[in-house]
Amino acid sequence: MANVLIWSSLRSHTGGQANLQIEAGNVREMLDKLGDSYPGLKPQLQRGVSVSIDGIIFRDGWLEPLKPESEVVLLPRMVGG
Amino acid sequence: MPLDNPQSAARKFNLVGTRPVRPDGVDKVTGRARFGADAVAPGMLVGRILRSPHAHAKIKSIDTSKAEKLSGVKAIVTRDDFPDKTDGDALLYDVLYNVMAREKALYEGHAVAAVAATSASVARQALKLIKVDYEVLPHVTDVDEAMKPGAPVLHPKMFTDGVEPKPKKASNIVRRYEFGHGDVAAGFKHADVIVERSFKTEATHQGYIEPHACLASFGPDGQAELWVCTQGHFMVRDTCARLLGMDVSKLRVTASEIGGGFGGKTTVFIEPVALVLSKKANRPVKVVMTREEVFKSTGPTSSASMDVKIGATRDGRIVSADMELRYQGGAFQGSPVEFGAMAAFAPYDLENVRTIGYDVVCNRPKQAAYRAPGAPMANFAVESVIEEIAHKLNIPSIDMRIINAAKEGTKSSYGPIYGPIGLRATLERAKEHPHFKAPLGKNQGRGMACGFWFNFGGQSCVTMNVGIDGTVSLTVGSPDIGGSRASMCLMTAEELGIPYDKVRAVIADTGTLGYSDVTDGSRTTFATGMACIQAARDAIKKLCARAAQIWGISEEAVTWENGYAKPAGPNAGDFAPLSLKEIAAQAAQTGGPIAGHYELNADGAGVSFATHICDAEVDPETGFTKITRYTVLQDAGKAVHPSYVEGQFQGGAVQGIGWALNEEYIYGKDGRLQNAGFLDYRIPVCSDLPMIDTVILEIPNPGHPYGVRGVGETSIVPPLATVANAVSHAVGVRMTELPISPPKLLKALETLPQQKKAAE
Amino acid sequence: MSAVHVSAKINGDTVEYVCEPDETLLDVLRNRLGLTGAKEGCSTGDCGACSVTIDGRLTCSCLVLGAEAEGRDIGTIEGMAKGDALHPLQRKFLEHAALQCGICTPGFLVAAKSLLDHNPKPSETEIRFALAGNLCRCTGYDKIVRAVMDAAAEMRRA
Repeated sequence: MANVLIWSSLRSHTGGQANLQIEAGNVREMLDKLGDSYPGLKPQLQRGVSVSIDGIIFRDGWLEPLKPESEVVLLPRMVGG
Repeated sequence: MPLDNPQSAARKFNLVGTRPVRPDGVDKVTGRARFGADAVAPGMLVGRILRSPHAHAKIKSIDTSKAEKLSGVKAIVTRDDFPDKTDGDALLYDVLYNVMAREKALYEGHAVAAVAATSASVARQALKLIKVDYEVLPHVTDVDEAMKPGAPVLHPKMFTDGVEPKPKKASNIVRRYEFGHGDVAAGFKHADVIVERSFKTEATHQGYIEPHACLASFGPDGQAELWVCTQGHFMVRDTCARLLGMDVSKLRVTASEIGGGFGGKTTVFIEPVALVLSKKANRPVKVVMTREEVFKSTGPTSSASMDVKIGATRDGRIVSADMELRYQGGAFQGSPVEFGAMAAFAPYDLENVRTIGYDVVCNRPKQAAYRAPGAPMANFAVESVIEEIAHKLNIPSIDMRIINAAKEGTKSSYGPIYGPIGLRATLERAKEHPHFKAPLGKNQGRGMACGFWFNFGGQSCVTMNVGIDGTVSLTVGSPDIGGSRASMCLMTAEELGIPYDKVRAVIADTGTLGYSDVTDGSRTTFATGMACIQAARDAIKKLCARAAQIWGISEEAVTWENGYAKPAGPNAGDFAPLSLKEIAAQAAQTGGPIAGHYELNADGAGVSFATHICDAEVDPETGFTKITRYTVLQDAGKAVHPSYVEGQFQGGAVQGIGWALNEEYIYGKDGRLQNAGFLDYRIPVCSDLPMIDTVILEIPNPGHPYGVRGVGETSIVPPLATVANAVSHAVGVRMTELPISPPKLLKALETLPQQKKAAE
Repeated sequence: MSAVHVSAKINGDTVEYVCEPDETLLDVLRNRLGLTGAKEGCSTGDCGACSVTIDGRLTCSCLVLGAEAEGRDIGTIEGMAKGDALHPLQRKFLEHAALQCGICTPGFLVAAKSLLDHNPKPSETEIRFALAGNLCRCTGYDKIVRAVMDAAAEMRRA
């Protein structure tokens, strides 16, 4: 059960909740379940997101494992110049 | 990949950290190096693009019949030659629409048609013969104007995302973002001082000296080759292949040397057009942009309008921070407003923080990344207000930052909790720097700011092959935009324990190496470097195995040290060490060629923090600002080649100085760009500047074997505020609109009351 | 428009070419003579990437017609090294890491050489103003100026 923090403007799709409890062993599972549980999040997920796990930002990393005590934060997909 | 030896303070390096000459250096100082426009092919045609003179217009019809009859014209393409193969991918569709206009021309300079002809003069004549029937529409180029109800709407199906209830009317507002935590309203109640201000910055261009250029060669067998100056040739291949509906493996892209990118060459503009022209003409087609086309038809950064409100208690502690950012990204969605919103307060430890961002479209060219996209403008606004608060509370600027600085364990304003970061270290180091103690003269002011960029890792692939004489060919997939080849060779030679000049780096084309992400995001030394280190370690394993074979002992009993395979201990046997050269000489007989390989999607890129200090002198008669002293302090984690790290610090700082003082896109009432050339789009020149002093800090990044952090982008983040703060102190006026050009400064001085001047 | 026949000296060698009346010297160097060291950055004489010398005078080759080179002595980046011996400026640019992408480097070297040919002991300010016609976007000019100062010092010692 990972604790996932989503950014404020996405909360209209989750009934106002910022911290979501998602049962998932890795990032891919977590993203799939997020989209299934809150379909309003799907467009943003499709556009792309990065995931921060315990302070390290993963731009892709679907297979990154999630532990119950992992701090997971959803972020817009990182870009650079 | 974790840091080697996390316990020991610093690994002792032999080569990493030295300053050898770069391997491509001689080619670049003799004019031998070949850039985008330097390639030729037999039978080559010249390609030129016809562009909309209108900021917003329906394209009713395009008549190419007269142009087709002109002798020397071999192919003409329009939107009809670009069928939609984007398969529902909205962002890719925008790229397609930007590359060649479809129903409408959405900005002055939008590509409408293109020709390939036997000479430049025939191509130019042909463009004049193409008849486009435009229905001119009202246009809008200012971000705040574009958001108003009643503004001309660019996309009839654009309904703002991220707002409740969902709008029923189309507008130019793509999306609303919000980040933050805590309760800003409650926080402000505890503030002893609150400053609320609005800021505006104008669009700027990356300003690379080399215009976009490419040479496309499309064969009747459906295979194509492309020579192009780009930050990412794999990205060019994949994007063009998708747009043209061809197999990725049928398009081979070679990256030329690149004359600057800074993010502006991380997408495609002319490349799909060159390919389609070449396909139609069945001959190679070279397309080179003019400087005017670069300004009008590539990807400048966003202009921004921002409101900031910060409250602090008397001791300097910020209790609440609130900000709204409005960025226009040109005619299509995707301004970097969310990154501005995330980066704005990122250096600080805040209990209550909120940033709201609006992505807005208007009739300007589609924006592209520019070094830390979205962050410089946001940083300008926030650091200006923090400076004002420091001044009101009579707290030194640097202390105001130190009091509120984020550290390990701080919850960042954008969500994650920070690991080990170097912000406090750069601030403490800056505080001790002699720059702060240097005396200031008349009409001079000192400013500072701190800032950061996220950095990321991304995909890299590296192969290293050991030659018969023990020298090494290192093949990488990252175009070298700032000297990275030298760093790759340093890291590889360090691992192998051989001299630097025994390793030669080559940038492979898309047909000869696995995928590498674009050279951006300050990722090359970090991610491609990591792949080089791992490829070298892979080769070392194999070299040890060969030595084991030669000695007749087990592989586990062999170790690698300073370029030699050695028995691991006295029990392994008494064998003289074998050098890389000696093992290489026996490669054929011991199993064949020896190579090392690694590919990865690197993560764990650490953030890079910086503090900048600037002294500015203002001439009150002319409004001219001269930068008299500038210092950059930035955390590099580990500086592999210090000269090129310094180069990134200096280059980014000077781009920021230009953004603060001179550079801006100036639009006429007709929606046309008024200053599409280097005379009136004024970037800093040599005589504008002093030496740019640099201090490299090295707080190791735990996510990299050597501790490397990306450095390329952070240095453009603090200078806008640093310069604005310096000028504001020099003249006693808070400058809230960039650039602080002489006319703007003079106007501000005229409106300044005399008593305020005395007080400051 | 009929083509023009031109005879000139380029880096000391006599060269003949044919060009259109409206072709610039930069076009001729790059497209007809294969001398791609001079670069087109702006075609309006603002960036200096196309710098050459004409009879010893520093010029933007994008502002000169190919036909105007008749009988002149043109100096380009390709003529700066003597055989395999780099000019001190070229060596110092490498030592000081005074280039990142390298596109402006040929222009800067031609301009810096022209400066030192006329003024062997320039101050930092004189260097900065002499090079103000050459744009660089990567380096911020710091290491370029240091390289020129160092090269000038070495050349004075020789």
